[in-house]
Amino acid sequence: MIDIKPFLKNLISTSGLSGFEGTIRKQIKEAWQPFSDELGLSRLGSLHALKRGNLPEPRPSILLAAHMDSIGLMVNAIIDGFLRVSEIGGIDHRVLPGQFVTVHSRKDLPGLIVQPSSHLLPPSDSNAPVPLNYLFVDTGLSAEEVGKLVRVGDLVSFAHPPLDIGKDELSGHSLDNRASVAALTYCIQELYQREINWDVWFVATVQEEETLGGALTSAFQLRPTLGIAIDVTFARSPGSPDHLTFPLGKGITLGWGPNIHPIFHKEIKEIADKFEIPYKLEAMPRHSGTDAMALQIAAEGIPTMVISIPLRYMHTPVEMVSIKDIYRTGRLITEFISQLDGTFMEKISWENRA
Amino acid sequence: MKSLIKTLVETPGPSGYESQIRQTIADIIKPLVDHLEVDKLGNIIARIDSHSDNPKTLMLSAHMDEIGVIATHIDSNGFIRFTNIGGVKPESCPGGHVRFLNGTQGVIGTEIINTNKENLSLENMYIDIGIQEKEQASVRTGDVACFERPFIDMGKRLVSKAMDDRISIAIMISALRALKEKDINPIHQTFFVFSTQEEVGLRGATTASFIVDPDIGIALDVTASGDTPKGVRMEVGLGKGPAIKVRDGGMLSDPRIVDWMVNTAEAAGIPFQLEVLEKGTTDARAIQLARSGVPVGCLSIPCRYIHSPSEMVDIDDVENSIRLLISLLEQPIQLDY
Amino acid sequence: MLDKSYFYQENIPKINQQQIQILEQLCQACSVSGDEGEVRKIVFEQIGSYVDETKVDALGNILAIRHGKGSNRLRIMLAAHMDEVGFMITDEGDNGFFRFDIVGGIDERQLVGKPIVIGEKHKPGVIGAKPIHLTTKNERNETISLDSLRIDVGPENDNHIKIGDRATFASPFLQLGPSILAKALDDRLGVLNLIELIKHAPENIDLLAAFTVQEEVGLRGAKVAAYTLDPQLAMALDCTPASDLPIWDKDNYQAAEEQLENAHYNVRLGAGPAIYVADRATIADPRWVRHLENIAKKYQIPYQIRQPGSGGTDAGAIHLQKDGIPSISVSVPARYIQSSAGIARLDDWQNTLALVYFSLADLTQEFFSVDR
Repeated sequence: MIDIKPFLKNLISTSGLSGFEGTIRKQIKEAWQPFSDELGLSRLGSLHALKRGNLPEPRPSILLAAHMDSIGLMVNAIIDGFLRVSEIGGIDHRVLPGQFVTVHSRKDLPGLIVQPSSHLLPPSDSNAPVPLNYLFVDTGLSAEEVGKLVRVGDLVSFAHPPLDIGKDELSGHSLDNRASVAALTYCIQELYQREINWDVWFVATVQEEETLGGALTSAFQLRPTLGIAIDVTFARSPGSPDHLTFPLGKGITLGWGPNIHPIFHKEIKEIADKFEIPYKLEAMPRHSGTDAMALQIAAEGIPTMVISIPLRYMHTPVEMVSIKDIYRTGRLITEFISQLDGTFMEKISWENRA
Repeated sequence: MKSLIKTLVETPGPSGYESQIRQTIADIIKPLVDHLEVDKLGNIIARIDSHSDNPKTLMLSAHMDEIGVIATHIDSNGFIRFTNIGGVKPESCPGGHVRFLNGTQGVIGTEIINTNKENLSLENMYIDIGIQEKEQASVRTGDVACFERPFIDMGKRLVSKAMDDRISIAIMISALRALKEKDINPIHQTFFVFSTQEEVGLRGATTASFIVDPDIGIALDVTASGDTPKGVRMEVGLGKGPAIKVRDGGMLSDPRIVDWMVNTAEAAGIPFQLEVLEKGTTDARAIQLARSGVPVGCLSIPCRYIHSPSEMVDIDDVENSIRLLISLLEQPIQLDY
Repeated sequence: MLDKSYFYQENIPKINQQQIQILEQLCQACSVSGDEGEVRKIVFEQIGSYVDETKVDALGNILAIRHGKGSNRLRIMLAAHMDEVGFMITDEGDNGFFRFDIVGGIDERQLVGKPIVIGEKHKPGVIGAKPIHLTTKNERNETISLDSLRIDVGPENDNHIKIGDRATFASPFLQLGPSILAKALDDRLGVLNLIELIKHAPENIDLLAAFTVQEEVGLRGAKVAAYTLDPQLAMALDCTPASDLPIWDKDNYQAAEEQLENAHYNVRLGAGPAIYVADRATIADPRWVRHLENIAKKYQIPYQIRQPGSGGTDAGAIHLQKDGIPSISVSVPARYIQSSAGIARLDDWQNTLALVYFSLADLTQEFFSVDR
């Protein structure tokens, strides 16, 4: 059975920026292949792994989506050997100066994000944050070397290695959303040993951080009966408001709002109660900010649910997650799927709502 | 070539009201294609059948619509209030000329009291069509107008309104003409889509790509250039060749498509540049998200002063774009991961 | 009640006391985006015996089909959204005080000092306000932030109210002379008009009715409803803001010489249904616009062209589905929608219903004989 921590450390040491998920996909494919009946790719590069169930055809299916892409940067100009960069996904620019990165050019090059001193910048408040388009990446190489190796469009990813922290926590970049991929990996391994009724599609989606394009197109292609997006949510830390965050390591969250089918939510909640998995309700009044936004409105519409793992310092290189919470997520989904049977869809019909 | 561009940019076709430019394009391309249809949103979907074995389906898309304005209110003195169709820049408007679809011409004036550089917007402007009172107006709420500016041939550089995206239409038509003249049959089953309503949200391309459901999509559109004084900070410049888009504000090109385009350009000796655009997007985004997804890229024509009435392109970039497009039609692509 | 020249037409749906009572029921329901159950129930009660097929899809849309008669019938989709803007409680209570967030678009200045109802059971609460005695002059110049407001359900009640519950303004429903005052006129007027159209469906069309969800949070229900129904044409029935109050300096005699008028957005009450040529989400198919204007002239129904500009309706999602669906929106004008109460005229309501009815009854395949 999978040991999540080392597996996850490997996952977050591999680059996989939105739109360029090839390397990370290969790793996930290797992990999922032994436990799936069928493995395939969407046209945009999402990974689809199928575990078949036992109900007679037409068999209902559930799609579990965890996005494998992560945020990063892209070279948009090369000036005297220094690289100017644009963001892929949303990054607070203030987090960048002094960060170690890897420039994925004709070869992988270590680099540092640097902030020019104020006399090299347009006049402004000398203490104000320097906007991204004035920062540079310095690889330490000569302009000539850089010219041979680097091109506009090359990717730049964070380079900090994973850090064991505390008793149970892991820190590093790309835990959004590799932590969820790890939870799904737990689930695919557990279910391999069980007989289940429904088909299960494990989907590592692409481009969630940019367009939700992976989730939208995979849902259109696979047309599942139900969809769950597994993502990260905000964990409590100084400066983040209490009412919008959740304690780290004390349980996962179950989404609630227009993006979530209320009876689907209730059914998942009951499984969590039954198996004593700690959770909190996460209010999502307008949107969930996850792949579920796309899953729900693909083709004729799909009932969706959002399950989230609390994470500190989201979209920085020092994200922090509790390994226990990842196991909890994996277990909840595993137990929920294990009890899915032919009567479930009647239970969640809107017409039967109490 | 230049007279084709002039005809295309001078024909009106604001988003949602493309019938004139659609007719112009359809008349020109009908003898050049195997099949032509117009869909429910007004897109032209034209097709050239490939004679190769098991061809992939390639969808090319250039948008026919241009930005414009729409009348919101005629006041009692006959001044016409308006709002934008697509990304109209307020700073490009004062003193500008517009022409409504029914031929009425107007000039754009600005309120003086309480208007300054910071709050200049379409809300404090109006169109003057030269009448004295409301009853004389030949225009009513909901009527649509384009910007008017004469086409200028500067030799190497060409200037007009609606280079976005009529220049790409000119490129697609020139490619079609070349295919016919040189009797070239594309390797791919190729759809030449002339889309509508791109400027208001890629709407035409959304339905067109659902209909075509291609294996690969390439949008042709203009992109900004970083080569004007204290201008947008980007590497793309006029005269350095067509730009192969790596990403823009709405989409990431499929790396396999980018490689295919780069390799094709290199093999054919066509100059090109790599493009990273931070704001703005193209039909490629809509195609990418159609149905089960489509790997896409974009062939961009560098352009200065986009969304002003004086958009400028380089004729050599245009010629090289035509060459690149034709080469891509003859170049197979591997889509395996 | 109202008397219209077109009432001589058979089968024309008319607004009477009965419709006003149903509207009251609809407007008083608490159905915020994502939680449309209360309205869904009322709609089912009303349309049950009139439709040939119904289904509730994955998002909670009601898709109902009433078949016409004869051959070559046009398949027309009509959409009205069941959801309204409102609130969601976003935190566990603290002695009866709950944080909340806005669902859909409501101006933050409309919230403070209002009674509200929570959930289908309409439990009472208030959005409290600091007494003026305790405020400073400076403070009173600032908008009270959403973050500082709380829903107060009283100190003993909080175990019945939970995080995730939805709430709406607790506004009365009143008939005021020629007007109706109520909350959620956007889009319960549309919903009721769709119900009436189902009951009086003209025979030349298959009426594909979509009572949609989640319009206020991104036109989400309409997207999947249109994909499923796959109609030939579509119309969204909505409610649009009327902005016919006097401009701020109308009583300034000097300015009056310049004949200051509201030049920017001026849909008015009493001027009839608002036909959309364009909004931010849709450029209407011009054939639909011409058809509606011809119908209005034929049956002498007043109408106005809704100012192009901001706003969006379900048509925005519908027209882009599959291979494209020529679409348009027609709205009842109402003042102050998306605040605690709106005001609409019975006249405009009746005229909108009639315009839509006749536009369907007189629709033929001729519609497609010209290019858009």
